[in-house]
Formats: sequence, structure tokens, C-alpha cells
Amino acid sequence: MNTHANPSKLIKGATGDWEVVIGMEIHAQVTSRSKLFSGASTTFGEEPNANVSLVDAAMPGMLPVINEECVAQAVRTGLGLEAKINLRSVFDRKNYFYPDLPQGYQISQYKSPIVGEGVVLVDVSPTEQIEVGIERLHLEQDAGKSLHDQSATDSFVDLNRSGVALMEIVSKPDMRSSDEARAYVSKLRTILRYIGSCDGNMEQGSLRADVNVSVRRPGGPLGTRCEIKNVNSIRFIGQAIEVEARRQIAILEDGGKIDQETRLFDPGRGETRSMRSKEEAHDYRYFPDPDLLPLEFDQGYVDRLAAELPELPDAKKARFIKDYGLPPYDAGVLVADKETADYFEAAVQHGDARRDAKLVANWITGDVAAFANSIGLSVAQTHIKPAQVAGIVDLISDGTISGKIAKDLLAIIVGEEKDGDPRAIVEARGMKQVTDAGAIAGAVDAIIAANPDKVAQAQAKPSMLGWFVGQVMKETGGKANPQAVNELLKAKLGI
Amino acid sequence: MTELTDLSLADARRALLNKEVSAVDLAKAQIAAIEQARALNAFIKETPEVALAMAADSDARIARGEAGPLEGVPLGIKDLYCTAGVQTTAASHILEGFTPAYESTVSANLWRDGAVMLGKLNLDEFAMGSSNETSYFGPVISPWRRVGSDAALVPGGSSGGSAAAVAARLCFGATATDTGGSIRQPAAFTGTVGIKPTYGRCSRWGIVAFASSLDQAGPIARTVRDAAILLRSMAGHDPKDTTSVDLPVPDYEAAVGRSIKGMKIGIPKEYRLDGMPAEIESLWSQGVEWLKAAGATIVDISLPHTRYALPAYYIVAPAEASSNLARYDGVRFGLRVPGKDIADMYESTRAAGFGKEVRRRILIGTYVLSAGYYDAYYVRAQKIRTLIKGDFESAFAAGVDAILTPATPSAAFGVGEKGSADPVEMYLNDIFTVTVNMAGLPGIAVPAGTSSEGLPLGLQLIGRAFDEETLFAAAEVIEQSAPKVSLPARWWA
Repeated sequence: MNTHANPSKLIKGATGDWEVVIGMEIHAQVTSRSKLFSGASTTFGEEPNANVSLVDAAMPGMLPVINEECVAQAVRTGLGLEAKINLRSVFDRKNYFYPDLPQGYQISQYKSPIVGEGVVLVDVSPTEQIEVGIERLHLEQDAGKSLHDQSATDSFVDLNRSGVALMEIVSKPDMRSSDEARAYVSKLRTILRYIGSCDGNMEQGSLRADVNVSVRRPGGPLGTRCEIKNVNSIRFIGQAIEVEARRQIAILEDGGKIDQETRLFDPGRGETRSMRSKEEAHDYRYFPDPDLLPLEFDQGYVDRLAAELPELPDAKKARFIKDYGLPPYDAGVLVADKETADYFEAAVQHGDARRDAKLVANWITGDVAAFANSIGLSVAQTHIKPAQVAGIVDLISDGTISGKIAKDLLAIIVGEEKDGDPRAIVEARGMKQVTDAGAIAGAVDAIIAANPDKVAQAQAKPSMLGWFVGQVMKETGGKANPQAVNELLKAKLGI
Repeated sequence: MTELTDLSLADARRALLNKEVSAVDLAKAQIAAIEQARALNAFIKETPEVALAMAADSDARIARGEAGPLEGVPLGIKDLYCTAGVQTTAASHILEGFTPAYESTVSANLWRDGAVMLGKLNLDEFAMGSSNETSYFGPVISPWRRVGSDAALVPGGSSGGSAAAVAARLCFGATATDTGGSIRQPAAFTGTVGIKPTYGRCSRWGIVAFASSLDQAGPIARTVRDAAILLRSMAGHDPKDTTSVDLPVPDYEAAVGRSIKGMKIGIPKEYRLDGMPAEIESLWSQGVEWLKAAGATIVDISLPHTRYALPAYYIVAPAEASSNLARYDGVRFGLRVPGKDIADMYESTRAAGFGKEVRRRILIGTYVLSAGYYDAYYVRAQKIRTLIKGDFESAFAAGVDAILTPATPSAAFGVGEKGSADPVEMYLNDIFTVTVNMAGLPGIAVPAGTSSEGLPLGLQLIGRAFDEETLFAAAEVIEQSAPKVSLPARWWA
């Protein structure tokens, strides 16, 4: 846990600075074909109550049977969080009445979770990395859904989600700003997606966050926290923390005190609202589920799962830095999405040539990513192939085209020639840059002759050189090799 | 004349295979007996059409030489077992009219082996009771009467319908369940044999849950052999119940008649209660003599934590029940009493749907699991449970093969006689049986004699986990040694 308050993260109040302290409980839907304790399908978006077994509907005499794939997913995730894997864990019943909870209890893990303490490294900015501690990860059942808008008088219940496996991943209160919280969720989502244990789809509710927020004077004792339930986008997580922290600061600065309670974030109004206070909190009467034996496996099982784990983001980032000489920031951006990282590697390694990895990274995280974003896709989902990126980079590197022409080339690949080979396009369209000194010299001489005043200025102030380069490029239709232009201009101007 | 219904299950099975009687005729005889015995209220639902159809199928299989181990044998099913297409109530108003689309594993095993279903047997509501008086469908009346008295007696509970129906020759055997004594106590009260097998021996899938860590299915039958035959069909591993155990099912019938010479039988001193009726005491001594005469060695043993078993049981069982019964909320099946909002609907439904004893146990269970009380009650009760298990383990480790105790502290009592003022008076019925559930061990109740009033009394044998065979062998010795007691004339017909 951060013990020293970072001044840049503090919130200015009327009576001085405040530090916000954030911890999170992430509910991640486990990727599995069937539910945690039944054989019903987990497919999203089916007709209401299409995926409901007798167990999910809690018919009399029905018993839960653990889905081993969900256990494996939890263990894999625990390994991805560098966490302690508990070889023995226990399922408990959390008792409360609600129509979308058919059993009248949720099967969860209370005192003995499957995964214990771990840690996540989070890049908050290009220059700042923090560690967020993981308190635990446990498996539990999702509830169904109550539908209140189908009838004026009755509510309906959809049990498709009832019994779907969730991993509740509880962090330590290690975050000190909404930026850190958002970066933590992003990183966690990246890890889950790498492992394949959760699709991380927040719109479909596969990943939801309960955010615990409190404020305190820098270095002071922890304040009373409020829990903001079920925030379902990273943007909203940031907004919810900001408004909740300001709400608490306002109360404290007015001499009030914070009531420990559960709140809901209303993105429309940009505020949090009380759901229930501590006094109204349920007594869940947790006790070990007598229908299920303790969950036990041996270290060999964990080791086998560990051996099959894919390369995780931190390892991949380190490898990108080491093997490709990428700056940490670039490597971090690339590995944030596994497909993008794979795309990058495919582009770097395309064909026989090893090409400039930094240039490849620049193109992928720059122009290609910008295009992908503009149509709402990830880089790997666009029609642009890693081979085409490799082709563009090669054309730049061997001096065939300039960076500027390369942008035009990409535009052609984006639009007219989607499957086009970059080199063939350049050839066919005469986009090759002019490196012939004679041809460039003509343009250089003409520009110098036409602008004697600028020549004088440039000789006094060499940074004027850029203007001349621009003019020459314009004159040559952008095809002149900027390097050659530069050198020639310097020689002719005597600077 | 010996009526068909008086045959033992083993004899009926032989007669069927020898084609001395058809399955349909046997079923008809039982259906007639059931119709004449409605005064006993043993059945919640009679299923004569189902019985005749199944019997006809059995006859066809017998004719083809494809008879299963229970082919054509008519049985009663405790109405705690879900039966596909046949109402299953747990004797509760809250499940009245509920017809499952699925068959419990244990009953399905019986049908697999050719048995025929006569109907669903009455019980204490959700198996909570020791007299069958908590049933929403009214008490079961025992076929037994005290000598010279017409007073209605209880058959015991919760499997009162099963015990009464078997004793009154309404079926050749019945399924039952035992959470704290619900097979053994009614068996003892009605002069029948009831075995609660080791926890995990039978699947709990499809049986309405009372207390999951204690519930276990078992048979009630008229002889030890019949019980052994039934248990062999009922038992087995079920992947749908993760607490069921994957061990082969022995041929229990082969253990019946096996010598007990050299077996060590433990007599636990803690089961000798203050104020225990002399006739129970002497029954127990008699049992010791019979086993000794058959070549067993008798050893005094100590099960020091016995006296904590009943109070601990009445924490663990209601705790689990309070949670298991949460699903009866009026939302998806069974009774619904409308309310002004969801909480009101829950409260009205559950208040109307559950009887007094069930409500009491839900309240006790909710209380002992509540924040601030959990450690003081539930956690301590679990510790006691571990100690009780340890007591038995020590005894068995010292070489004891089975333990002999009385099955009940008294003979059957009158309807309305006990528990109305103080529920604990009723709970004390299970004083000799709950320890076995707490330890997860097998226990069998076998008729051993009669009370001064002419009512049956039973002894209990407790065995090692998954050693039901020893119990069948030893129980048969008692069965053979004990004086035959005959049921009163059919006053109910």
C-alpha cells in the first residue's frame, strides 16, 4: 500500500488537500460453456429463461455439481495475478431472499477462497507504474435478472444468468486517483483476456466493478468508505470516483461525517445515490454449503495449468523491450491488447527481413490505430494486414518513400486498394521519392534563387532550414528524399 | 389363509419369478389393501394406474426372462422423493400440487430394477418430526394398538407413512429418509426393519432436502433380508450428488445369515440414560445375550460426547434447513399467496405454506446462523460433531465391529400425546439415533420384542462407514432370536 501521499494525486478542498483511497471488487464472468454448478449454457443474449436447468431454477431436490472448467479458469487467473493458489477452498451459502435468486442463497466462497493474495503492476502513465495488491479471488454464482418493465403490475424473472460463474477479484485499497483505478481495471481486463478466463466485455456485463471510495487527509487514518455498486464501464468508474470523492469531501468540510453505505452511480446525473445503509445491510448468514465437499486439488494440477498459460502482458512487455528494443511505453501500449501485440510481432517478423521494430510500433500505435479507432475496431480487426504494415515500413526504411508519402500510401490501402501490396502500389502510382541529386538540385536552386531574403534569414538563423525543405518538397510533389534535400540545402546555403 | 400381501418381499419376488403370481395380481392385492387402509392415512397419493401399468410391464419382462432384481415388487415411496409426473409434496401445503418433471435417483434405481410404485407415502412435513403429526395431510395412524386399547398411536416419524404402510402390509417395502432417526425410530415403533445407510451411500438427488449433511435415503421393510434387497437397488454412486461416494455396492442380501461368530459388539455406557424404562433396559440386555449366543464378543465402550449430540443436532439440522427451505418462496412453483410487494408475498406465502414445526426450525436455523450467534452455536455444534465422529472412530479403531443400542427410549405413544407443550419432549425421541447421522455412519433398527402394552420395541446396530453388511448380519441374528410379534387384526379394514 502506498504510504506516502503523492501531491499530484491530491484533491484540493476548501480546507486543504484530500487523498482519495480506492479499492475495488471486480466481478468477472468466467468464460465457460456451462454454468458453475449446472450444465446449462452460458450463451449471452438468448430468449429469457432459455438457459435454465433444474438446478438453476432451484427445483426441490436439486444439487449443485462443480464445473471443473470454472475451477481451472479461476486457478489460471490466480496465476496471472501472481497470487497464492489455495489447494483447498470452501463454498459457502450467502443467504438472502430475492426473486432472481432461486435458491434463496448464492453459492460463493467466504472464508476460504480459491485464490489468495497477489499483485498487479499497473501503468498509470508513460512514466508511472504502481502496484495494486490483490486481496483474494473467489468463485461464486451470478444471479438472474428481474424485469420490471414488462407489465404494469407484475415483475418477471429471467434466469439465464442465474448460476453463471463469476470470479470476484478483490483488490487492496491501493489506488489513489480515478486514473489509477481506471488503469487498474484496464490492466486487469488485459490479464483476463490474455488468460481467456473472462471476455472482459463490460457492455454485456461480463465485467462489473464495485468501487470502494473513501477520503482522508494526506497520511491520515483511513476514512469511512462507501461502496459504489455495479459500475459497468471504465469511464464511469473514473467519473463515479471523482463525484463520490467530491461528495465526501464536501460533507467532511461542512463538519459532517460519512455514513458507510452502498451507493449507485447515475451517469446521466453525474452523481452517486444511496442504495442502502449499513443498518439496512443484510445478514447473509454465511455457512459452508453442505451440498458441496471442500474444493481440493494438488500442486501438480496447478503446475500443469501454469505450464499451459500463455505469455502474460508483463512478460510480453519485458520481451518486447528486450528483443525489439522498444521503449517501455510503446511496449506497454502494444501489449495492452493481445491481438495488437501479436499483430505487431507478425508485422516485425513478416517475410525474411527483420525491420525497425520501433518504426513498426509507431505505425501500429499511430496511423493504423487511428484508422481502427475511427471505425470502432481494434487494429487486428481491421482489413489492414501486418504484411502491409511491414511493406510500408520497408519502403520508408529503404528510402523508397518518405514518411509523408507513406501516409498517402496507407490512405490508399485503407480506401481504394484494400489488399494491395504496398510496393506494387508505389510502383504503379509513381510514388517513389526522388533521390536523384540532380533532380533535387534543380528544385533547390530554383527555390534559393526565388527567395533571397529567406536565404539571408536562414543563414542568420539555421532553423529557417525547415521552410526551405518544405518548399522543395512542395515543388517535387513530396517525392524528394527529405534527407537528401536537407543535406543539399545545407551545402548550398552554407549552414 | 396366507394372503399375497403377507409375503415377505423376498418370497413375493420368488413367487413372481416362478410365475406363481403375476405382478399385476400382486399390485391389485396391494391396491385393494391400500384402499381398505385409508383410516391409517399412510398415503398422500395413491397411484393405482401407475402401479398396474408398471406391473404389466414387469409381467412382460418376466415372461421374456428379463426380470430385474425387484421385478414386479410393489413399493411405496416416501413423498419426499420427487417422482416424475406424480405429485410430490414433502407433506407440506407449500408444495401441494407440485408435480416434478424428474425422478429422484434412488426411486429411478428401484424402477430400473423392476419395482412397481403404489403411491406416495405420508411423512412429517419436510421430514421434520418424530410422530408423523406435522404432516399438512394429517397424521398417519399406526396399525398397532396397545393391548386392550383403541387409542390411535403414532407410527413414529418422519417416515411414518413408510413404516405404517410396510407394517400394515400395504406394500412390500418402502423408501424412507433419515436425518436424525426418521427411518429407525418409526421402524422401531412399527415392528419393521429400517436401515439408514452410511452418508453418501445413496444419492440425495431428487429428494427434497431437509438437512443436506445429515439426510440419507434408506429402506423400511418387514425383514432384514427385505431391507438388504432394497438397499442394494437404492444405493450407488451418482455424479449428480457430489456427496455420494463412488464405491461398489455389495450384495447386501449375501450378508444376511452370515455368521457373527468372533465379532466384537460394543455396548456404549452413555446410552444408559437416567430414567430409562426398565423394559428398554431389559430389551437391550436381551439383545446382548442373543448376540453373545451367536458367538459375538461383547465389550463395554464409551462414546463420551453422546450427550451433546441432540443439542448439536438441533443446531446443525435447523441451520441447514433454514437455508434449504428458502427456495419455497412462491416465485417459481408450489403455493403463492399474493402480497402488496415482494416481501409481503414471501411472508404471506411462507406463513401459509409452512406448518408450525417447520416454521419453528426455520426460525431456530436462521437464529443460529445470524451474525454474532454463528460462532456460539453453529461453529460449536460442528466441533461437537467432530468429537462425536471421533468417539465412534476410537471405538471402531479398538476393534469393535458394531455397536448395539436401543433404537428408541420408549414404545410408540398416542396421537396428540407428546410435544404439544414442549417440542423438546418430541425431540428426545431421537436421542439414540442422531449420533449416527452426526457421524455419517450406518444404523439399522430391528424389532426385538414388545413393551408391556404389547407394542413393538426395536434395537439399533451402528456400524463402520460403508459396512452395512455387518449390520445386516448382526440384525438378522436379533431378528431370528427375538420372539415373533404379530400385528393386531386388521382393525382398519
